[in-house]
Amino acid sequence: MASTLFRTIQIHPFFLYPTALFSRRNGVLYCTMKSSQTQTATQEKQQPPKVKVPQHALKKTVDKITRDYEAIIGIETHVQLSTLTKAFCSCPYNYGSQPNTNICPICMGLPGALPVLNSKVIEFAVKLGLALNCKLSLNSKFDRKQYFYPDLPKGYQISQFDIPIATGGYVDLDLPLEFGGGHRKFGITRVHMEEDAGKLLHSGNGDYSQVDLNRAGVPLLEIVSEPDMRTGIEAAEYAAELQRVVRYLGISNGNMQEGSLRCDVNVSIRPVGQSEFGTKVEIKNLNSFSSINRAIDFEISRQALLHSQGQSDQIVQETRLWEEGAQKTVTMRKKEGLSDYRYFPEPNLPEVILTQEYVDSISNSLPELPEAKRRRYEKMGLSMQDVLFLANDMNVAEYFDETLSSGADIKLAANWIMGDIAAYMKNKKLSINDIKLTPQELAELIASIKSGTISGKIGKEILSELLAKGGTVKGLIEEKDLIQIADPVEIGKMIDKVISENPKQLEQYRSGKTKLQGFFAGQVMKLSKGKANPGLLNKILLEKLNGQS
Amino acid sequence: MLSTIQPPRYLSRFPLRGRTKSRSFHILSSAQPVTKTCFAADKSQILSIRDSLLNRHLSAVELTHSYLDRLKQTEPHINCFLHVSDPDKVLKQAQDIDDKIKRNEEVGPLAGVLVAIKDNICTADMPSTGGSYILEGYRPPFDATAVKRLKDLGAIVVGKTNLDEFGMGSTTEASAFKVTANPWDLSRVPGGSSGGSAASVSARQCVVSLGSDTGGSVRQPASFCGVVGLKPTYGRVSRFGLMAYASSLDVIGCFGSSVADTGILLHAISGHDSLDATSSKREVPDFTSQFTYASSLKSRPLEGLRVGLIRETVDAGVDSGVKSAIEGAAAHLEQLGCVLKEVSLPSFSLGLPAYYILASSESSSNLSRYDGVRYGNQASSDELNVLYEESRAKGFGSEVKMRILMGTYALSAGYYDAYYKRAQQVRTIIRKSFKAALDENDILISPAAPSAAYKIGEKKNDPLAMYAGDIMTVNVNLAGLPALVLPCGFVEGGAVGLPVGLQIIGAAFDEFAKHKCLLNGFFERNL
Repeated sequence: MASTLFRTIQIHPFFLYPTALFSRRNGVLYCTMKSSQTQTATQEKQQPPKVKVPQHALKKTVDKITRDYEAIIGIETHVQLSTLTKAFCSCPYNYGSQPNTNICPICMGLPGALPVLNSKVIEFAVKLGLALNCKLSLNSKFDRKQYFYPDLPKGYQISQFDIPIATGGYVDLDLPLEFGGGHRKFGITRVHMEEDAGKLLHSGNGDYSQVDLNRAGVPLLEIVSEPDMRTGIEAAEYAAELQRVVRYLGISNGNMQEGSLRCDVNVSIRPVGQSEFGTKVEIKNLNSFSSINRAIDFEISRQALLHSQGQSDQIVQETRLWEEGAQKTVTMRKKEGLSDYRYFPEPNLPEVILTQEYVDSISNSLPELPEAKRRRYEKMGLSMQDVLFLANDMNVAEYFDETLSSGADIKLAANWIMGDIAAYMKNKKLSINDIKLTPQELAELIASIKSGTISGKIGKEILSELLAKGGTVKGLIEEKDLIQIADPVEIGKMIDKVISENPKQLEQYRSGKTKLQGFFAGQVMKLSKGKANPGLLNKILLEKLNGQS
Repeated sequence: MLSTIQPPRYLSRFPLRGRTKSRSFHILSSAQPVTKTCFAADKSQILSIRDSLLNRHLSAVELTHSYLDRLKQTEPHINCFLHVSDPDKVLKQAQDIDDKIKRNEEVGPLAGVLVAIKDNICTADMPSTGGSYILEGYRPPFDATAVKRLKDLGAIVVGKTNLDEFGMGSTTEASAFKVTANPWDLSRVPGGSSGGSAASVSARQCVVSLGSDTGGSVRQPASFCGVVGLKPTYGRVSRFGLMAYASSLDVIGCFGSSVADTGILLHAISGHDSLDATSSKREVPDFTSQFTYASSLKSRPLEGLRVGLIRETVDAGVDSGVKSAIEGAAAHLEQLGCVLKEVSLPSFSLGLPAYYILASSESSSNLSRYDGVRYGNQASSDELNVLYEESRAKGFGSEVKMRILMGTYALSAGYYDAYYKRAQQVRTIIRKSFKAALDENDILISPAAPSAAYKIGEKKNDPLAMYAGDIMTVNVNLAGLPALVLPCGFVEGGAVGLPVGLQIIGAAFDEFAKHKCLLNGFFERNL
């Protein structure tokens, strides 16, 4: 039982085996928990003996060794749904609210309180199930998963056990080119609905902990993958794809820092060619895609090293914690067999019955999903690098699509978005939704350059103004009188003026210092306030300098 | 009755309740007939009170005073209440009703009706302990939906009644706080778990009361205390605010001194509640308009009503006195025109083990929230597991602990299929067999308990004997059906005999339709 008690603790390992002191302060909500130094010390001792190898040699050796092993990686992902209210009561949930301000008798688990399901939770679950190509259970139910922990008000979590709402799907993704690229398809075992627990806030000195129940009862979807991934980058990209899918669907903000998307990773390795699995290790506390990648690669190396040194018995079924600072995984708790959660059907909630019509109506309302978007962009002739950049962020993709539907050239639109606009966003730390330039005006800008109304140089100049202040391309061109001068006579007049004002330079040019053409061109451009068509300017200038007219 | 109450020192010799014809409230019975036509169900205290108030024969304050006086006199000997409302507050509510009536304003149909609430039903303004030490002094921040509905209709909550801890027991001896006595014989148990609610109505400390029924906790004490107890269909009444014992079986039920009163009370608390996903959206028919006047009674008013006597309930193991009372009642029903036949429910005896597995399993989960962390009594400890263990070890009584242990065992990996799952299968069989029997019969009848009230302490150390006493009632919970228990006779015991209850089981959500004959009181008036 003890192993189940501390399952949610991730951040402060020394709380894992605490001696706790609970005492209520303001009525019902606070409790204190003391940590025990001696037990923490015991914990340290349980860690497997470290293998002493010099760092540089280690890297080389490990790289060599890992080639002989194949890693098997599966991921459990919890996605917090962005419903207006919690799963079973009408409390709102806003990340970062004052502790215990978004709570009611139901999510506090007071005697006599009953859960009533928020129908949005089902809608979101169906959306995700369909998006992950799952088979939906038209009849599913809720079950109780039972364990004691101070952040779990009812002493059980309402979850789904033997009949999840969705099963047997898959997710398609394209690996980034910098990691070798390639298409991957990973299986999804199941998706089920459940409620989140509260949070323990630990005091700085570890003397006590406080319970914040704001998060208790917030709806989650748990997504369990097949053990289909083989490398850290594959796992990280799987998680990133899930984030894209939930964001495209609008069912979660998918924010890993806020805990809206949480990944627990299972890793085992086996010698290449062996069919049975090795002992799997669970890794928690993965707060970013890159930490998923690095934690898994570390874990694979650790296990491979133990294998190669005949210490494979040191690989035990356990939960390990990724330590971002030390860039390594450490033992959090060892599992003594399977925990018995004594699941049974939640009698307070009716069965979840979906009609085919309901599923169809949701299916018809699904937006274009990342994979479909990528394939469409690919067919448009964009490079995979462009495809990934544009499709990764739903808002960018939407912006791109709107620019295209306003008539912009595909390649030019992609270049503008990925080039100057992306640079501006990065520089100002803005998202594409924050910039003032509308997709329609971007299309207008591209068209204006293409038609020669303004020069590319002018285009870039007014872009920054459009990004920061908005307005229309036409308005800016008129306001600033920026229309390109493409009249040879007018350009000729300006050239004549510049030549006559610089007789010395003309003489030098004509005596062989042809480099001075650039000087003249610059002077003319200056005179035209940058509006002269550069090609025309150079052509006429050359004629005039060479005295052909 | 009230005027004949004996001084306390004689109470052990003279029961609070006598076997007397005049059961109605003394003020009402001594008053002039309030209407020219008597109700067939004129035993309805609620209707009498309403009439008296509206006709200004009686003020709500007078009425309340008389009940409070009686409560004060009798309570030390029966111990029905864990908490009695502040008399000033109760009288203030009565005064408000009187003021409204004086101003000719509309008052609710339950205006001035003093109601007692079982202590496992949450009330916002008073403690709600569930009879458990772990919730000693706990005050919920909300009213249970049933309580809220009663208050909205003008009822006045007079107090919180004693019960077996969290509803687990059949004698009310498993309360953490006190033992309630049976008003018919103070040395006997009132039944349980809603013993306080049943005894308080029986002793006329209140007009009606709410109890809860998971395996017979309304019907068995109604039988023991000689009052009417009504267990509604599962889903008819919102469970929001009822401390969960076994969620798939729990229902809030009604006690009254007449069928009409329990019916009126049920009507008041019935109907869908958005806070309880298992509460039914079925419309609640208004049956109060269906009361029939005595003058319109036919000689055989129940002509053609098909009544099935469940054979298994009058087999061996049932007291002979109980058996003959039931047989007498059955014969009486025939006289009233019913078509009586015996029906057999072969799965009947399976109900008891299935019930105890399912109820224990659910309770082991439902009681997990009482961990001392957020509310209730908390053991002091500087280690988390010890805090849990000590809070629960000290907070729960032995009956509760036993059921948590049994339920935890039944749900454990490796045992789930053999116990919980199998019990669910039995439940399905029971539900089907009741459905079949009720397709052929309008109502089924049986004793409410195998015996009349037994002595305090008699079965305390023999849980199996106590559990066996639930045989008559648990099947009805497993099937989710409505059932009414009403006094149908007496057996020897105590100073004046002990009441025996007849259980009448109807089809799901048929409380108001097929029972209307009973609600009309045809049967009852002949008792």
